[in-house]
Amino acid sequence: MMAYIARRLFYAIPILIGVNLITFVLFFMVNSPDDMARAQLGAKQTTPAMIETWKAERGYDKPLFFNNEAPGLVKFSDTLFVEESLKLFVFDFGRSDSGRDIGADFLERMWPSLQIALPTFAIGLITTITLALLIVLFRGTALDTSAMVIAVMIMSISGLFYIIAGQVLFSKILHWVPISGYESGWVGVKFVILPVLIGVFAGLGAGTRWYRSIFLEEINRDYVRTARAKGLSEIKVLFKHVLPNGMLPILTGVVVVIPSLFMGSLIMESFFGIPGLGSYTIDAINAQDFAIVKAMVFFGAVLYIIGLILTDISYTIFDPRVRLS
Amino acid sequence: MLFEGARFVLLSLTALALTACSDQWNTPYTAQQVASNTLFSAFSAPPKHLDPVRSYSSNEWAINAQVLEPPLQYHYLKRPYTLEPLTLSQMPEVRYLNQQGEPVLVTDADFAYSEVVLKIKPGIQYQPHPAFVKDEQGDLRYATLSAKDLSGLKSPFDLKDQSSRELVAADYAYAIKRMAVRQNHSPILDSMNEHIVGLKAFSEQISELRSKADNHEFFDLRSYEIKGVKVVNDHELRIRLHGIYPQFMYWLSMNFFAPVPWEVMQFYAQPGLVDLNISFDTFPVGTGPYRLVENNPNRRMRLQKHPLYQEQYYPNDGLAENMPYSLLEDAGKRLPMIDEVVYTLEKESVPYWNKFLQGYYDASGLSSDSFDQAVQVSVNGDLDLTGEMKAKGIQMRSSVQPTIFYLAFNMLDEVVGGYDEKAQKLRQAISIAVNYEEFISIFMNERGLAAQGPIPPGIFGHVDGEAGVNPYVHDWHEGEARRKSLETARQLLAEAGYPEGRNQETGRPLQLNYDAVATGPDDRSRMDWMRKQFEQLGIELMIRSTDYNRFQDKVRKGDAQIFFWGWNADYPDPENFLFLLYGPNSSVATNGAGINSSNYANPEFDRLFEQIRTMENTPERMAKLQEMLSIARQDAPWIWGLHPRSLSLYHSWYKNVWPNSLANNTIKYLAIDAQQRAQKQAQWNQPIVWPLWLTGIATLLLIIWAFWAYRQRQQQRVITGDNAS
Repeated sequence: MMAYIARRLFYAIPILIGVNLITFVLFFMVNSPDDMARAQLGAKQTTPAMIETWKAERGYDKPLFFNNEAPGLVKFSDTLFVEESLKLFVFDFGRSDSGRDIGADFLERMWPSLQIALPTFAIGLITTITLALLIVLFRGTALDTSAMVIAVMIMSISGLFYIIAGQVLFSKILHWVPISGYESGWVGVKFVILPVLIGVFAGLGAGTRWYRSIFLEEINRDYVRTARAKGLSEIKVLFKHVLPNGMLPILTGVVVVIPSLFMGSLIMESFFGIPGLGSYTIDAINAQDFAIVKAMVFFGAVLYIIGLILTDISYTIFDPRVRLS
Repeated sequence: MLFEGARFVLLSLTALALTACSDQWNTPYTAQQVASNTLFSAFSAPPKHLDPVRSYSSNEWAINAQVLEPPLQYHYLKRPYTLEPLTLSQMPEVRYLNQQGEPVLVTDADFAYSEVVLKIKPGIQYQPHPAFVKDEQGDLRYATLSAKDLSGLKSPFDLKDQSSRELVAADYAYAIKRMAVRQNHSPILDSMNEHIVGLKAFSEQISELRSKADNHEFFDLRSYEIKGVKVVNDHELRIRLHGIYPQFMYWLSMNFFAPVPWEVMQFYAQPGLVDLNISFDTFPVGTGPYRLVENNPNRRMRLQKHPLYQEQYYPNDGLAENMPYSLLEDAGKRLPMIDEVVYTLEKESVPYWNKFLQGYYDASGLSSDSFDQAVQVSVNGDLDLTGEMKAKGIQMRSSVQPTIFYLAFNMLDEVVGGYDEKAQKLRQAISIAVNYEEFISIFMNERGLAAQGPIPPGIFGHVDGEAGVNPYVHDWHEGEARRKSLETARQLLAEAGYPEGRNQETGRPLQLNYDAVATGPDDRSRMDWMRKQFEQLGIELMIRSTDYNRFQDKVRKGDAQIFFWGWNADYPDPENFLFLLYGPNSSVATNGAGINSSNYANPEFDRLFEQIRTMENTPERMAKLQEMLSIARQDAPWIWGLHPRSLSLYHSWYKNVWPNSLANNTIKYLAIDAQQRAQKQAQWNQPIVWPLWLTGIATLLLIIWAFWAYRQRQQQRVITGDNAS
């Protein structure tokens, strides 16, 4: 397995270079270094001298991919792309264009994101799987039909509606929880409840429908009939036999997102005042802060690759027939 | 692992139970915070820079104006805006000198320099900070922090000891030297280079030295001198300016001229702190009424009262006729009156507004989403609070901003530009047709004032009433300015060579291009409205929507034909608005560096501008200003647009609120009745508990039913009894 993981990590290098290349091309197609300097320096009194100083300080005065004035191979290495990319591969994110340390910001903002994303993910997963199994238990009844209608309704409504409606209902009308805010530690639990509940609820429809279809596929298999023939109760059949066998397709969609939980949720964090990573990249794009954009895109790609590797590993745990080679 | 999980659940439940035991479950603060003399406010965009040499945005100044003290400030109440000493013992004295530095009269032929003499109040102390702490040998204790000291450091105030020292004149000189270092990115350096004697040469020399110095070491500016900046003694500083520059006094009220203690710069130059985002840009230090003790731009900023703040008192004068007398209730009280200010990041208007209504923010602006809930507009356009707001005791303040939003014509354009009579009439016709009164009513909920020229109300040169009306666009009728009729506009258009919007010679319809940054869904209705205004004259308006970068680029290069732009006053002087129309500032002529984006250049206007920019506010200056306005109105390089009106709401426990668009250091004048706030919050936020019980019972019933249904299903026979037999 170690050889497999090492090989996958090796394959990740060209992928990350490609991701980085695309980020550079797309960003600089829309923004020139002069535009970035103006955005950072403020448009009111920006002079050419200020722009040149700003660019020189950050290396934006260098050519992007090819330095015509440099000798030999330095033509390729003395460029913005190579210099900035190399740093990323040793996870040196450097400073944002506004001067802040990106690594320090990342570490600080990661925990609030996790504080929302982890419980939402865990509670959401457990709730949707349990609900899906219960619906399968009552399959073909009015409860099954009603649950599916409700699930489609939940899916059809925008997540933003749940956020605003949740804030109005639970904070403004019922006065149960703060409408927004954040505190670290145990005193911050009251700020987390509403975003987590809304996150779980908003994901119920799609999750339940998907898992239900997976479990329904399993429920007609021979091993289920055998289990029933042994006299097992329907609950035992579902939770002890159907659930473990249905986990494989569930893992495909679930494990891959675990690493990206670090990146937070843009809308949720924005509306609930959570100081996480959700808006970090969007804010950076709006501020034309390339240093943050490239760091976050790179980090997102790394997390996605890790997610895929973890998915493969999880297959071996849940399905003994799968071997990584 | 299991134990950890159980511990988490237990602690969570305990925390919830504790919250439930308090009166308000939805409070974002602790009971102690609410009862304390703390102001709760919010910010929507995190400040990027708090270093006074660099910060130039209103959201940044809202914070650092409480922390830093330039020599002058605006009187809190007096209108028109009036400067007064802040850290000075008196207003700066201005001396006029010749080349040899000898006193002369300003009218003398050999007059060369103005010298501004700043006399600093003795005894003003900096906010306590670790940078000032000295050890027994008299060395700065925290100038070389170890890895152990840096471990877990979130702010400089996490270090054990803090100390202070007296403000001296050299600190102001140090701030000007920092401004000169190009690498510090001061937005006003190029402007000040033209005025402060020796600054340009100093800037070139010091920037060169800085570029060669190690970035990780303290670059001490004390040993370098600017020719025109002289520290006479600890309490006197002289700044020499080329010629006359009266607007310099206004610059002295801005944070660019706030004092910078060298010890603090040495402290923050340590690489370990920079890596933790602890720098002068994130934790500035000054002599202001508050010190910034927490700076998490993604979450919260917290200001704490400066324990050694200088003797400053609430003003007992300056109340104009339209101001409530209650504004003088705290006259003579020592400032600041609030102990702590907590700014929380609220990116979205919905939670911000609802928290204000719940009493958890002491004041709020007014977004268009909540406008109808808060304000009712009378038939004659007056704004008043709704009954719901009045019932809560909420009050409203409004003021016209020293700002102008205008529609500019590119004067270099072949169609809309030019200075002959026909070109003037074309622009005048369009100026009449674009109905800004309607725009203000439809898109701004009456929160604006149609402009009659470039100078906003409250700035010298603006004239109210009939005398201040733009006679090319408005008529004075029954005591108010009324826009001229569309018939007049059509007549002007015909005289300009475009009868019914068609070119007299070719017969082709007149087609104009409007460049705009209109990418959002809300912009569509505005663009449609604009197109309709031009359609009234038969002119076809093409909207060329683009992103902000491309838009700026087009304007700088003179490729735009008609475009929307705005300007906020830096200081309350007409020069700060009229320089937007000064020919030598033309954007194209200066290769994009100039501020005159319409590229307007009228020699007579420019000649008068050169006279008024160095004049005192005298009747003579007023007469020249009116002459300039008359020229500009006739040339019509802009459709004068509007001056926005700001509206702010605040709760009954929030005292001494009065809008001051130019002063930023106003928190020290405000007061909070914390007891009343706590009572109101408790009254407005009692939890409604019955839905909890209802939900619990419903869930229980559902479980019972599900269990029953499951049992029924389990006991159901697949084969019926008859078949079995």
